Formats: sequence, structure tokens, C-alpha cells
Amino acid sequence: MTSIYYEGRELTCAPQETVLECLQRSGVPVPSSCRAGACQSCLVRAVAGAPPPEAQKTLKDTLRVRGYFLSCIARPTGDLTVALADAELRAAASVHSLESLSATVVRLRLSPQTDFAYAAGQFLNLARPDGLTRSYSLASLPGRDPFLELHIRLYPGGQMSTYVQTLRPGDQVHLRGPAGDCFYVGGRPEQPILLLGTGTGLAPLYGIVKEALRSGHRGPLVLLHGAASPEGLYLDRELRELATAHPNLTYLPSALRLADRPPGQAPPAPEVPEVHEGPLDALLAARYPSLRGFRVFLCGSPELVTRLRKQAFLAGASRKDIASDAFLTAPPPAAIPPPPVPPTATSRP
Amino acid sequence: METAVELFYRKMLTDERVAHFFDGVDMDRQMAKQTAFLTMVTGGPSHYTGRDMQAAHAHLVVQGLNDRHVDIVVEHLGETLRELGASPAQVQQVAALANSVRDAVLGRMAHA
Repeated sequence: MTSIYYEGRELTCAPQETVLECLQRSGVPVPSSCRAGACQSCLVRAVAGAPPPEAQKTLKDTLRVRGYFLSCIARPTGDLTVALADAELRAAASVHSLESLSATVVRLRLSPQTDFAYAAGQFLNLARPDGLTRSYSLASLPGRDPFLELHIRLYPGGQMSTYVQTLRPGDQVHLRGPAGDCFYVGGRPEQPILLLGTGTGLAPLYGIVKEALRSGHRGPLVLLHGAASPEGLYLDRELRELATAHPNLTYLPSALRLADRPPGQAPPAPEVPEVHEGPLDALLAARYPSLRGFRVFLCGSPELVTRLRKQAFLAGASRKDIASDAFLTAPPPAAIPPPPVPPTATSRP
Repeated sequence: METAVELFYRKMLTDERVAHFFDGVDMDRQMAKQTAFLTMVTGGPSHYTGRDMQAAHAHLVVQGLNDRHVDIVVEHLGETLRELGASPAQVQQVAALANSVRDAVLGRMAHA
């Protein structure tokens, strides 16, 4: 049994309990989302005591040396004095615009009020005023776009979805981040790049493609976007135009079923020429049987990412050249008796 | 070393005689571990923090891991090294090293 000290209170951390669970059980408002050590919403700082090494492993050195750790995967082995993340990790922004891209995806653009340095393809955490936090990938291009662009999948009745839809230009929102390793790294302008994503997994890939083109990437850029139906290919026109303007960019849209439409919706099927029908991994295997020498970016559900990492590796891509971003679904907070945290919603949907 | 480990696992994962032992295994971690392990046993700087050979393979023995599978591992290991330009003597040396832990891997060590 270990003790957690927070603002002068001594909290007892039960065996097997994480620091996050202990703090939330005691009513400390720690933001959290994925509860799997990925999204970094739950960062807290150890003021005294040593946090478990595994809770710091994926953090940047700059955070690690200041004692930050991921409270959701920290099972303490000794007493800890903790503080919530400093204000320096948070950023304020105002809503620039909110625009519908498809029946289920909106584009939220935010104007940061302080310097917000990021790489296209990284993600940030968006917090509702009450602390509910979700992660979204950045589709904008730093230095060129004056705003931060997020593609948000709307879930009927979703906690964050409902909040996002109430936002109006000028409204204040709170951000934390950025984080994530899925971004373009220069220095190999001839290397072929494959980018594959489903749903709003397109957002980081779109940012990476724009960054590569701006950096003068000369090698082939192949972008595969998968959705359940053609309506889900929400940047179809923009990407076709971009591919026309850049001969080294290939855009391959793919829908599981071409004819499917949400129930009850009239079929004004938009004109979608050349959309492949079938699963994305089959399309990849057919069109790119060898990925030797490729840099590969994968964004989507954990199952898809795991399967395609293996497929890309077996097709010849080197492990160090495969970057991925699995969009996690926040699990219900089963272990917390008083439920201060709402039920399931999806992060980076 | 990393190139060798990648080549080796591409062979293992596409060989249906042994690929099923890796179902559900995080291959990134597996390859990182194997790189550290092979660096240690070939005399390089040691960062291997994994378990001993017997404990690490015990769950696979339960799944039916036997001498035939170890032969396949040794075969793919040798093939990998040959592709990377190792001499027959070097391949022999690594095979001997692998065979020296065969009993431990298959759980045939006498307990102290």
C-alpha cells in the first residue's frame, strides 16, 4: 500500500490501483481519456518520489526530467507527491470555424492564442470546460495555416460530439499537447511514402501529405483512405484536386460497400468515380505487394493498425519506417465508484 | 543486427509451420527483445532484460513447441545469416549457439 500526497492530503493508493484511479476516486479532477497510456490527457507531475519508469517511457525528455508521468498506467511502488499538469502544458484557443464535411464528420478550426508548436500529423487534446478530454489529430499545416484543423467524427449522443456542435466562432476552448510520433521527417526526399487510414484517420495523413509536398518531397506519395461507404470519403474532391496538381501523389479511395447508405437516407449518390470497393488491406496487397524501402504511416482503429503493421512489415517495410497512430476508444470508467467521468465516447474517432 | 532480426522474423511469420506461435504477439516488442538478446549472446553491449530461455518459452511448449520447431528456427536463422553474407563457419557457430539452449527452450533442463 502506498500513499499519494496531493495538495496536503494523504490519499491511499490501493494495491493494483493506478495513480489516476486513486486521484479520481478521491475527487481530484484529473483529465483522462484513453486510460491506456496513449493520449497523454492524464499527465501529472511527481513533485517528490519516483514515478514508475513504464509511466514515463513514451514521454519526451523535456517532460520526463520535470517528473511528468502518465497517471493512468502508473501503479506506484513507493510514496509519491503529485501535482496536476502546469498551465504551461495547456493552451487557450478560440473557435475559428466549424464546418460539416459529411453526415458524420465536422471540420473544427481553432485559432491558438499562444504559440502552439506542432508537426502536421501529431494530435492534441481538446478539453470541455468540465474537464472531459478527447484527442484529435492535426490536419493543418504549421507555419502556413493560421489555424489548427481537427476532423471530428460525430457520434449520436456522444459527450464530446454534443459539445463540439454547440461551438460558435469566437468561443474559447482549452487544449493540451501536441503529442504523437506520426509526422513527416525530412531528409529523404526520394523515399516512397505510403499513407493509409480509415475514417477520420485521414486527418493526420492529410497533414503529413501537405507537409511532404511543401517540403519538396519528390518520391511517390500514396494515400489510401478507407470508409464504410463512399459518403465517408469526406475529403474526396480536395484530395483528387491535390493529386491532379502533384503528379507524385496518388490518391486511392476505398469503400467497403459502394451502394450502402445510412438507413432512411435518400440516395443522392454523389459522383464518386474510381472508388475501389472492398477492404483496405486487400487493396494495399493488390496494388503494393512490395513495400521494401517505403516509409509507412497507418492511422485508424487499433485492430486495423496492428494488422496493417504486420502486413507492411511482411511486405518488406522496415520496422523503423512504420509509424502508426491507433485511435483508441475511451473505456467506461468501471473502477471508479462515484462516476465523475461520463460513459464511453471515442477519442480521435 | 536489426536488419538480421527483421529478415529472420519475415521468414518465421510467413512459415506456416511456426507462424501460429506468434499469433497475438506484439511483434515490435518481440523484435526489440530479440535484437537485445542476440546482441548479448553474440558478445555485444548487453541491454537484454528479458526472462531466461526456459521461462520465456514455457507457454509455447504447452502449445506444442518441439524439436521440429527449433530445427525450423535454426534453419531460418542460418538462411538469414547467409543472405547477409555470413560464412559457413559463422552460420555453423550461430547454429551451435542456438542448439546449446535447445533443452532450456523446450523445458528439458534439470531443475537445481
